[in-house]
Amino acid sequence: MAAEVILPKVDMDMTTGTIAVWHVKDGDTVKKGQPLFDIETDKAAMEIESPADGVIRIGNAPVKAVVPIGTVVAMIYGAGEEPKAFSGAPAAVASPAADAAPAGPAALLPVVAPAVDATGKARATPLARRLARQQGISLAALAGTGPRGRIVAADLANARPAPAAASTTAGTAIASGMSTEAVKALYEAGSYSVTPLDGMRRTIAQRLVQSKQTVPHFYLTASCTLDELLAIRERLNAHAPKGEDKQPLWKLSVNDFIIKALALALQRVPAANVTFTDEGILQHRVSDVGVAVAIEGGLFTPVIRAAETKSLSRISIEMKELAAKARARQLKPADYQGGTSAVSNLGMFGVEQFNAIINPPHATILAVGAGVETFVPVNRQPVLKTQMKATLSCDHRAVDGAVGAQLLKAFRELVEEPALMMA
Amino acid sequence: MSDIRELSFSAAVQEALAQAMEADERVFLMGEDIGVYGGAFQVTGDLVHRFGEDRVRDTPIAELGGAGVAVGAAVAGARPVYEFQFSDFATLAMEQIVNQAAKMRFMLGGKVSVPVVFRMPCGSGTGAAAQHSQSLEAWFGHVPGLKVVEASTPEDAKGLLLAAIDDPDPVLVFEHKLLYKVKGHVPAGMYRTPIGKAVVRREGKHATVVAAAIMVHKALEAAEILAKEGIDIEVIDLRTIRPIDGPTIIESVKKTSRLACVYEGVKTLGIGAEISALVAESEAFDYLDAPILRLGGSESPIPYSPILEKAAVPQTDGIVESLRDLVKGRI
Repeated sequence: MAAEVILPKVDMDMTTGTIAVWHVKDGDTVKKGQPLFDIETDKAAMEIESPADGVIRIGNAPVKAVVPIGTVVAMIYGAGEEPKAFSGAPAAVASPAADAAPAGPAALLPVVAPAVDATGKARATPLARRLARQQGISLAALAGTGPRGRIVAADLANARPAPAAASTTAGTAIASGMSTEAVKALYEAGSYSVTPLDGMRRTIAQRLVQSKQTVPHFYLTASCTLDELLAIRERLNAHAPKGEDKQPLWKLSVNDFIIKALALALQRVPAANVTFTDEGILQHRVSDVGVAVAIEGGLFTPVIRAAETKSLSRISIEMKELAAKARARQLKPADYQGGTSAVSNLGMFGVEQFNAIINPPHATILAVGAGVETFVPVNRQPVLKTQMKATLSCDHRAVDGAVGAQLLKAFRELVEEPALMMA
Repeated sequence: MSDIRELSFSAAVQEALAQAMEADERVFLMGEDIGVYGGAFQVTGDLVHRFGEDRVRDTPIAELGGAGVAVGAAVAGARPVYEFQFSDFATLAMEQIVNQAAKMRFMLGGKVSVPVVFRMPCGSGTGAAAQHSQSLEAWFGHVPGLKVVEASTPEDAKGLLLAAIDDPDPVLVFEHKLLYKVKGHVPAGMYRTPIGKAVVRREGKHATVVAAAIMVHKALEAAEILAKEGIDIEVIDLRTIRPIDGPTIIESVKKTSRLACVYEGVKTLGIGAEISALVAESEAFDYLDAPILRLGGSESPIPYSPILEKAAVPQTDGIVESLRDLVKGRI
């Protein structure tokens, strides 16, 4: 019995995916479990393994085209079966997800494709283009309802009042102040190059526009004295157990302390460990702390789950693993979904203080600057201490000023008195 | 003045010819069997008895010669109206129409004009097969120096013919054979329908259909059917194929954002191609919310089989379907 290779659903809110690269060729003999192709979602890339042994017929399965999940992208023929050339999905495709676009004979075409094609140009009628120009809407951000995803005038009318209603589907609106044409008109032709938006860039743009436009942010900054923390960190690292290769099994960073301190602070101030929804405030029991990890071309925010329960060394080891997976773009949805707050640390770049944008569904995010040696008055005498500025961004729908201030105060106490983290 | 009387399309043409001959002695008719026989489609009728054989002249079966005489007479100061039995036969007279009549004014520095009228019974639907059923308007519309008109109503049949006879340059008057029996109000006076001016036959807001001659009627039928579905079609009757009335079409497309061209001539390189390009090049481009649609004749000679003959040119049902798809955003 020939086995279908479908584009699987690897992420909860995923309706489409992109095949980034095939690891096998049409007609290859494949083994069950062998990597067939890499799938790229809005957030991550994943290897998809062969469901069966046999000869694979790929046909013209598109690379870099947006394909609805559930689409049959290849067939695998077992021993004794004629490996017929595969040109598209069979008529009756078992869709693994109820919300998958129907897969028909033309399923290999990007039937729910965003209006932007491989050339980066939006497919749109002249009228839609003109209206978009007038209204300052970027066509690249719109999903078209016309044939082959063409943007028609009605799509603009629909897009107007809704700046990306929590959707992360490629092609939904990224509200943009000016149209692409209007922006380009400001620069001399040929004085710039254009890098098409990839899934990650699009997702970052959508989520942060949504956050900054719909979440009322306010910001609280405190200076934390780090000397105690730095001293403890040095002692702990000096005593780190060594592995067989004589290398320490872990090396705590300042950020590991900050993650743990924020997690414990959220436990001390439960009113800040929340998520705003229209139905009500979600009161989280554990502190899942997201940590922004910069990678080439973007960033991910993997989450340290229940960080308040974990030792510093455990947090440190997990962070290293997550950061490595992020850089390899191999994070799984379980690695980055959810979270109740987040840490963004730009101290290593010498940034002293900044304000971060909340990453929904979090209610807060802590922007951490560099430790800077500063004279501070102690008993009316200047004493050199390492000071770190931490700025808490709060979603005022869920976290009021006083609650935010309590959270920041708790965080500061824990950072300045790290022994409390052991209590 | 407002005499409401109905005439058939062919009677309206005959009335135009009679009135023109009464009003201007330079006007005379030529053609095969237009005299005693009354014309292949009985359009000239009894004119030979009213105006005599000098002014209603039967010609030999020699279109090139007949057309040449007409062109020469026009240059010499007469106002000849030459009837081709079937516009298909004008292919025999291309030299006189295209190389002589159309060019003379230009080649002689404007010192000569050629006020000749060619009447061109055209179109399919009569079972007359490939050599007697063509719609060659676009051929002649391609030639600078020629004017091409094509009425859809008896009123315009008369008005356009009178305007053509008045015109100082050669005008080809296409008459769709299936329209000859269609009746409609025709004013009694000597009025002119301006050449180069289209008319909106039906106002609508969802799509513009540009058509001529019999296709205007089919488009209007389609519009009525679609109106029951809440689809509101605007129908423009071109009336003149050359010079085409760009402004009327452009204004309409700016209003409706959708354009379909419906014409009986072969689709490729036809009237619809010209109108599509005209709109695409115009300010209306920025108002288009769907691809431009062409519904034209099939890429084949008109078949003899009545079923195939029907299938070879746009029909009301197909127009309805295509317009529905156009308006519903399915193309």
